[in-house]
Amino acid sequence: MKAIIWQGTNKVGVERVPDPTLLLSTDAIVRVTSTAICGSDLHLLDGYIPSMEKGDILGHEFMGEIVEVGRDVKNLKVGDRVVVPFNIACGVCDPCRRGLFSACDNTNPNHRMAEALYGAVSGGGLFGYSHLYGGYAGGQAQFVRVPFADVGCFKIESDLRDEQVLFLTDIFPTGYQAAEQCGIIPGRDVVAVFGAGPVGQFAARSAMMLGAAHVIVIDRVPERLNMAEAAGAQTINYEKEDVLVALRDATGGRGPDHVIDAVGLEAHGHGPGALMDTAKQKARLNFDRITALRWAILSCAKGGTVSVPGVYGGLVDKLPMGAAFAKGLTFRMGQTHTHRYVLPLLERIEAGQIDPTFVITHRASLDEAPELYKTFRDKHDGCIKVVLDPWGQPGQVQRG
Amino acid sequence: MGHVDFATPGAAMTAQPTTQPSTPKPYRDHSTESLLSPVERGVMGVLGLGALALSLRGGPVERLLLAAVGVGFTGMAATGTNPLATALKIRQNEEGDTLVSDAVTVGQPPERLYAIWRDLTNLPGLMKHLESVQVLDERRSRWTVKGPAGTAVSWDAELTADEPGRRIAWRSLPGAAIENSGEVLFRPAPGDRGTEIRVNLAYHAPGGTTGAVIARIAGQEPSQQLRDDLMRFKREQELGFAPTTKGQSSGRAEKDPGQAQQQTGQGGQK
Repeated sequence: MKAIIWQGTNKVGVERVPDPTLLLSTDAIVRVTSTAICGSDLHLLDGYIPSMEKGDILGHEFMGEIVEVGRDVKNLKVGDRVVVPFNIACGVCDPCRRGLFSACDNTNPNHRMAEALYGAVSGGGLFGYSHLYGGYAGGQAQFVRVPFADVGCFKIESDLRDEQVLFLTDIFPTGYQAAEQCGIIPGRDVVAVFGAGPVGQFAARSAMMLGAAHVIVIDRVPERLNMAEAAGAQTINYEKEDVLVALRDATGGRGPDHVIDAVGLEAHGHGPGALMDTAKQKARLNFDRITALRWAILSCAKGGTVSVPGVYGGLVDKLPMGAAFAKGLTFRMGQTHTHRYVLPLLERIEAGQIDPTFVITHRASLDEAPELYKTFRDKHDGCIKVVLDPWGQPGQVQRG
Repeated sequence: MGHVDFATPGAAMTAQPTTQPSTPKPYRDHSTESLLSPVERGVMGVLGLGALALSLRGGPVERLLLAAVGVGFTGMAATGTNPLATALKIRQNEEGDTLVSDAVTVGQPPERLYAIWRDLTNLPGLMKHLESVQVLDERRSRWTVKGPAGTAVSWDAELTADEPGRRIAWRSLPGAAIENSGEVLFRPAPGDRGTEIRVNLAYHAPGGTTGAVIARIAGQEPSQQLRDDLMRFKREQELGFAPTTKGQSSGRAEKDPGQAQQQTGQGGQK
């Protein structure tokens, strides 16, 4: 089959690899009908997530059709159309029973590696996202093995198109969880979202669905700000305005009640802090550039929430802990407990409350993926979200 | 975790030992510094002073290196501690026994998990370094471990405590090549989360502190082994199999190098 392969930092390619096979009786094989490139895949491309190995199959946003099931798979049959959350959960351990699916105890075979880096016990496995997270082959491919298939495959029985439900695998639940865990008081709370990439877009729209009185989105890329404005958000271009001043002005001097960092470890930004972060990251002295997180803490209103769906991987410097303490902020963060949100959000799509296809800017086959990884990373050509058809004819990128 | 007193036979012992065991070794749970044996101190002293003597001659780089090595060894000999072992968090008691312990929470009741461990013939399935455990009588058993390069070492052990649903403890009988003792404790986890299992092991590492450091660096150290054993046990009890990516598709031609880091658990057959 064809698959997108991590060939080293800044090197992603299309290769022919063996088709996946059932390895355990609880596995299923899915023929992938649609897959997407996630902003967090760019951290892999750029080499900021440790423990990638050359030859790893990328991709954690995918859906398709069941073509084979192991003998202990109870809820699925060949031909079922399914979406598959990006994280792998066992469904029986204590965290899974509490709905904390991304904290699953049992799905990461490389638990010791994660324990060594992050202390305590490791989180669950992820598709196509480094050996630290289990080394599972990803879904930017024509077929994918789905372990714990009964827990990880959600059937789509309505006639919604792939593109309308594909983002239930990650970015829609990720943006939604980021907004939900702010504890927005409807009609009262103001929410600011740093980063108008796909997760930021879904976070802003989710904050509106949850009743936020006002939503402000901060970025520097005009087409991304336009997309947020189209949803009804106020926007701030941090390259044109002092973002902290602008956020105070927009909130009567209080600051936003909740701030979402949908940027993560590759923040751009400017000022001496951002310059130092970049220099240290290049020298591998710290992994993460945290401009967005600093701004989130500094701008947030007293008693507010800093909610972090953006990915962080290592150590950070100069986190304004004093400001966070003085204002009594609450921090919420982590990988999304995707399994919790798939069905409720599917209902919202079916009810017409949101059409997730708004975020798609590029459609192509797998063969174009290496080029589109770079287009997406460099934010060229208005690129915000790329959807790939693993069975499509190579040679054409569709815009819009 | 409170004071662990696992050399003292438990109150609920089912039988008394037929022979008096050797003097119990104190188990210190909070040992922070690794202590060197007198022999190790002697060897390091000689090496250290030798290196210092050699550092008086030769080129500038050699001198500096030899002086550093000399100061290091001499310092270790003089203080009787091994900073490398301390840095690697190798814990030892005053007798020079290496202590290994770890804990895991398993979503099953204590009685059930105790019963699995109490059947000593199950132990080789739980602790991968064990080749076999042969039950000799109610108290005594013969344990065989896989050594390096295909060797095997056997010794006789006796139960020193057996408290159903709570604790099992054992100790090697005099004459064992590697003196060792251990216990496994079971207690209900708060809030319907199953059982907290804690395993404490003590053994006299061949080569003392230095041997323990070399073993840790070579990746053979029992604390890593124990961690893997406990996680595998948890997953066998909660899932019935071990998660794996062994044999999955990738862009690597032959064997998946990522497998090297994975435990070799058996999964259910497809």
